[in-house]
Amino acid sequence: MKSFTVETGIVAPMDRANVDTDMIIPKQFLKSIKRSGFGPNLFDELRYQDEGQPGQDCSQRPLKPDFPLNQARYQGASVLLTRKNFGCGSSREHAPWALDDYGFRCVIAPSFADIFYNNCFKNGLLPIVLEEAQVEILFQQMTAAEGYQLTIDLEQQKIIRPDGVEIGFSVESFHRHCLLHGLDDIGLTLEHADAIRSFEQRWRAQSPWLFDVIQ
Amino acid sequence: MNLFYLKSARRLAFRLVISCLGSRNMAKTLYDKLWDSHLVQQRDDGTALIYIDRHLLHEVTSPQAFEGLRLAGRQPWRRDANLATPDHNVPTEPGERSAGVAGIRDPVSQLQVKTLDDNCQDFDIVEFHINDARQGIVHVIGPELGATLPGMTVVCGDSHTATHGALGALAQGIGTSEVEHVLVTQCLIQTKMKNMLIRINGELLPGVTAKDAVLAVIGKIGTAGGAGHAIEFGGEVIRSLSMEGRMTVCNMAIEAGARVGMVAVDETTLEYVKGRTYAPTGAGWDAAVAAWKNLHSDPGAHFDTVVELQGQDIKPQVTWGTSPEMVLPVDARVPDPATIEDPTRRDATARALQYMGLEAGMPLVEIRPQKVFIGSCTNSRIEDLRAAAAVVKGKKVAASVNQALVVPGSGAVKQQAEAEGLDQIFIAAGMEWREPGCSMCLAMNADKLGPGEHCASTSNRNFEGRQGFGGRTHLVSPAMAAAAAVAGHFVDVREWEFEA
Ligand code: SF4
Repeated sequence: MKSFTVETGIVAPMDRANVDTDMIIPKQFLKSIKRSGFGPNLFDELRYQDEGQPGQDCSQRPLKPDFPLNQARYQGASVLLTRKNFGCGSSREHAPWALDDYGFRCVIAPSFADIFYNNCFKNGLLPIVLEEAQVEILFQQMTAAEGYQLTIDLEQQKIIRPDGVEIGFSVESFHRHCLLHGLDDIGLTLEHADAIRSFEQRWRAQSPWLFDVIQ
Repeated sequence: MNLFYLKSARRLAFRLVISCLGSRNMAKTLYDKLWDSHLVQQRDDGTALIYIDRHLLHEVTSPQAFEGLRLAGRQPWRRDANLATPDHNVPTEPGERSAGVAGIRDPVSQLQVKTLDDNCQDFDIVEFHINDARQGIVHVIGPELGATLPGMTVVCGDSHTATHGALGALAQGIGTSEVEHVLVTQCLIQTKMKNMLIRINGELLPGVTAKDAVLAVIGKIGTAGGAGHAIEFGGEVIRSLSMEGRMTVCNMAIEAGARVGMVAVDETTLEYVKGRTYAPTGAGWDAAVAAWKNLHSDPGAHFDTVVELQGQDIKPQVTWGTSPEMVLPVDARVPDPATIEDPTRRDATARALQYMGLEAGMPLVEIRPQKVFIGSCTNSRIEDLRAAAAVVKGKKVAASVNQALVVPGSGAVKQQAEAEGLDQIFIAAGMEWREPGCSMCLAMNADKLGPGEHCASTSNRNFEGRQGFGGRTHLVSPAMAAAAAVAGHFVDVREWEFEA
């Protein structure tokens, strides 16, 4: 997994609450058996005028000019600023894959849906929860200044605004550790294989019916 | 003497404190019990390793996980904990379905289903193939076969895994990286969630179903209302629901923002589980029942959040917008954004009305669906089909309705429905009787809405484009969907005239 330490990047807006995973990446793209290549279809229905198909060359498709990611000022953005309950809906990890593939490294919102939030960390994407008032200020500053950038320092758990103001945030220490060092959590868990094995033995003795073989 | 008295008083006080603490620690919620019994390791940073008893897999969220295993040269920890079936992509039209995987017309879908077959073969995982009688939507076949049981931890790369919580299991949706993690380690890394109790008191009035109850809950607490919580559903209404109704309720916990929904084990649960294909038998059954009887929240257990609803207040529900919380009783009118103060909600309402092509103030009963979908892991069980069939019996689908699909949730549901003659009732009414799968719930196969089409749907999500590009979904109960199919517009099913 990609590590995340300090990131400075252009901020793009997704100014609505309850952005669901169907909106982030529509279902026809979930048919892929790969992990990559979802970037051109990020926010597909909001971004293009036509209905997207998997495997299609998106460079020729008609764009919706009002959608921020289609505007010159937000090109190259790596920080997404949005409203509450971002990522609600399905468990599809294709949502963080698409954000990552597009080039986003960080999403800032007042709250996230639980499964999406968790999925981000597995993919080197940093979800940051800020108070609604803080998010509102960021929206205002971003709207006012073209090329608005934020610096995000995960180690220090702070966002640095262009005016020098620092905003603290917090991320669970396990997630932070894995993200800072780009660690694969399967490898970490396997270090505890003995503990898993001894639990399993005890559990099997206690509830043998849970171990009946399905065939 | 004095000293002795003082000492014993102190000892008594000490003992009281200990026993108070003790009883507080002793009184556990159902979630606490399930969590504690599966805790492999608690770490200082707040995360924990939780053991997983059952892992369900389907074709959409597993290919990248198996690929991860291959790349790292890893093997599944415990093969027999896994069970796979294709459901999201499979065609439901009987002609296309009959030729199996090779007959799937969409080559991308076909490859995905084939990839599941190949992966299950390579890693020796039990799979119910596309035309196996046991195939179906993962969340329908798990409980139906007894492959998911009370007291289990259940995961699946699908957010509606909470469905299995109806059995008194700790069941939750996971992402693909977690699918890979569970395959390799049989564990999930988690932080314990908070406890939420949603108590529905009293009773549901005739014509009001489990679906209406859960939609009313979501309308009340919102789509983020349960975030960070494991929800236990309780109260007389939940206790008097069948297992199928409880599954409908738990299924939509995720639409209330919660990864987990649960119902305590009672006689209804035991009766349901007994005799299922993979349920324990004989002495194993007795031992299991003894353990399962403890699967309820203790009196006095602490819930971080409690929400109460009165069953009698709940009417049949219809969603009018693009989020499940945009829901109202069928006798209400489409809301007017101009009357909403909060700017984010006002914008969201206006945007939803525009997407849905609805006028503010218009009665919900005037909405005219062009399509009707009865199916999905929320409402495709035998009881749902019986309720829908009772409504359409002896009647015809309205001329304005282009298509009315009835898609059973599994091979077993299909067989049962056919044995009861329900398929004939649907067909006689002008509906299409299909093969089991997710179908128009998310439209990954050929079953979808056209742009602008309204659909009365028994599924769980009304997001933009969910059932097809530009499609407009209205979530309702099976009886309400069936009534809308016949009437050509939404109706209050409490006033329906049933044929004998
Ligand atoms: S029926 Fe719908 S919600 Fe249920 S598993 Fe299938 S796609 Fe997901």
